[in-house]
Amino acid sequence: MELKDKLVHAFMAFENQLDLDHPVHEVRSAAIKTFEKQGFPNKKMEAWKYTSLKSLEKIDFSLFPKNSPSLEYSAVKEYFLHEVDTYKIVFVDGVYSSYLSETTHQGIDVCLMSAALTKDMYKPVIEAYFNKIAPLEENLTALNTAFSKEGAFIHIPKNTQAMKPIEIIHLATGAASALMLQPRNLIVVDQNAEVQIVERHQSLTENEVFTNAVTEIFADKSAIVDFYKIQNDAHTASLVDNTYIDQKDHSVVKVHTFSFGGKLIRNNLNFYQNGERIDSTMKGVTIIGDKQHIDHHTLVHHRQPNCESHQDYKGIYDGSSTGVFNGKIIVDRLAQKTNAFQQNNNLLISDKATINTKPQLEIFADDVKCSHGCTIGQLDQDALFYLQSRGIGKKEAQALLMYAFANNVLASVRIPELKRRINALIALKLGVQLGFDL
Amino acid sequence: MLEIKDLHASVEGKEILKGINLVVKPGEVHAIMGPNGAGKSTLASVVAGKDEFEVTQGSVVLEGEDLADDAPEERAHKGVFLSFQYPVEIPGVTVTNFMKTAINESRKARGQEDMPANEMLKMIKEKAELLEIDRKFLSRSLNEGFSGGEKKRNEIFQMAMLEPKVAILDETDSGLDIDALRIVAGGVNKLRSKDNAVVVITHYQRLLDYIVPDFVHVLYDGKIVKSGDASLALELEEKGYDWIKQEMAL
Repeated sequence: MELKDKLVHAFMAFENQLDLDHPVHEVRSAAIKTFEKQGFPNKKMEAWKYTSLKSLEKIDFSLFPKNSPSLEYSAVKEYFLHEVDTYKIVFVDGVYSSYLSETTHQGIDVCLMSAALTKDMYKPVIEAYFNKIAPLEENLTALNTAFSKEGAFIHIPKNTQAMKPIEIIHLATGAASALMLQPRNLIVVDQNAEVQIVERHQSLTENEVFTNAVTEIFADKSAIVDFYKIQNDAHTASLVDNTYIDQKDHSVVKVHTFSFGGKLIRNNLNFYQNGERIDSTMKGVTIIGDKQHIDHHTLVHHRQPNCESHQDYKGIYDGSSTGVFNGKIIVDRLAQKTNAFQQNNNLLISDKATINTKPQLEIFADDVKCSHGCTIGQLDQDALFYLQSRGIGKKEAQALLMYAFANNVLASVRIPELKRRINALIALKLGVQLGFDL
Repeated sequence: MLEIKDLHASVEGKEILKGINLVVKPGEVHAIMGPNGAGKSTLASVVAGKDEFEVTQGSVVLEGEDLADDAPEERAHKGVFLSFQYPVEIPGVTVTNFMKTAINESRKARGQEDMPANEMLKMIKEKAELLEIDRKFLSRSLNEGFSGGEKKRNEIFQMAMLEPKVAILDETDSGLDIDALRIVAGGVNKLRSKDNAVVVITHYQRLLDYIVPDFVHVLYDGKIVKSGDASLALELEEKGYDWIKQEMAL
């Protein structure tokens, strides 16, 4: 049975274990119908021209694993920002691990989607926000919605600052067989509130893992949200990350995506500006090789005047890896005085690596500043000679230049420990030891 | 120390150096002057090992060792230093980190351990003072947004850190005001010893008032057409390169 049929068949059994009277029941039922009608995206769709899920659809994924092994903290410690104090919401094979987690309800809610979806006290938040910006007619988002049950639920109330970063960690043991996971996160940051979130998907198995994640983020007026995505997964792990962000007046949301590993990664990162004087930033560093594939699809929808968006994606592609960057900016007629910047720079290290980069600007306002630039190139030979002439070997000099190439994306990382870790990961990915102050 | 023998080099099939001969002994300062396009910067790049240029004939020998097969970094490890006419900007790498990496790479090549951090810091501080470089400057990205003078001062700072046997200064005076020129030249003079040598490439006599050469060579159309002592530079300044052309019947 192909994956689509398996998922549609599994839905009934899945729903039966849940509360059928809950309003989300109808949302789920509508969503599975959408998915049943649309199926998985295919290469005939413009947005999926360069990324095929065909090979994943043929794998016999287990959808609801039973008896996941318990993990010792020491075995997975390296995947946590363990040097600093953080809140942690940890899932093992899609199931919440209270043992590895550190949640809170003191002042802020850092807890579980399953709790938010079932407990009465969260009903107003769920009714106001759940599935409200995730588009109803998008194949994979609908699929996730149909099976939405577990994930992270974060609510930062008005005028509150989360005192430590929040880690959302999805671990896959896939002990028995190939595993499909569909985490669903909801993050609500009220007026003038602030939060830093680090999300990571990590497979601990050689078995195939396919994650189809949906995250909805609501940033109310003057809210500040920093979201960091770490994608350094095993070579048998694939991820489709669908993130939807709703911003109100004066809010500042930054999403950093660090992609260093995994088999196939598709990031659908969507910003909707529903207010004035909003700042939306998305930055990415991609360093991949072998036969890895990454596809960054970004969207910024400028709907109101006087807002800004900044995009800066750097990619380094080795081996026969393939990359896609598709950056769409829509500026509505109403959105005068928009400043939208987009930059995508790529280095191809091997002859067999490929990058497809496409800016897509739809501007309906006349008083706007929009710029975009993309480059695909090799390392600057003059810079290389300069470094070599100072005694730095060619390999190290190349690494230093690649590091420099990616570095300005790191400058805006506001968690020092995370920055140090990403620095170290970059050095590791480039295969050299450098005398950086990490 | 440095011996250049009948050096011919070309780029994309076009011959630029057409038989250069030059012998530089320890403790000496040589100046190479000449009009634009004579091949001065090419000579500097070829000695430093830039692979864009193809050496078609002749050799570059350092302390009896032919450098032909050496990559730029290997030449640096053996003691060749080139101060660039146009230092490259490397955003994201600080001057300090760059220097640490360069020094430890050279030490590694010589089979030495990394320089201890406190020793490194002490050395950086000393050499920065020598060139009147502010501490804040050292934590800036290499050459990024530096003024012309800062770039050249930074080049000589690197020379001070790396302690080369032969330093080639490619138009280190260009883009410098008189104060910066004095600092840069003063730095070079303090680094001179009986064990190292300096080759100064310049258009103008000006720099040679501060770094006084033992020998002056005129490079024209890929060849050294005239050599003399420091007075040759003064004569060139006065009479211009046309005088050489006429004298040599070129």
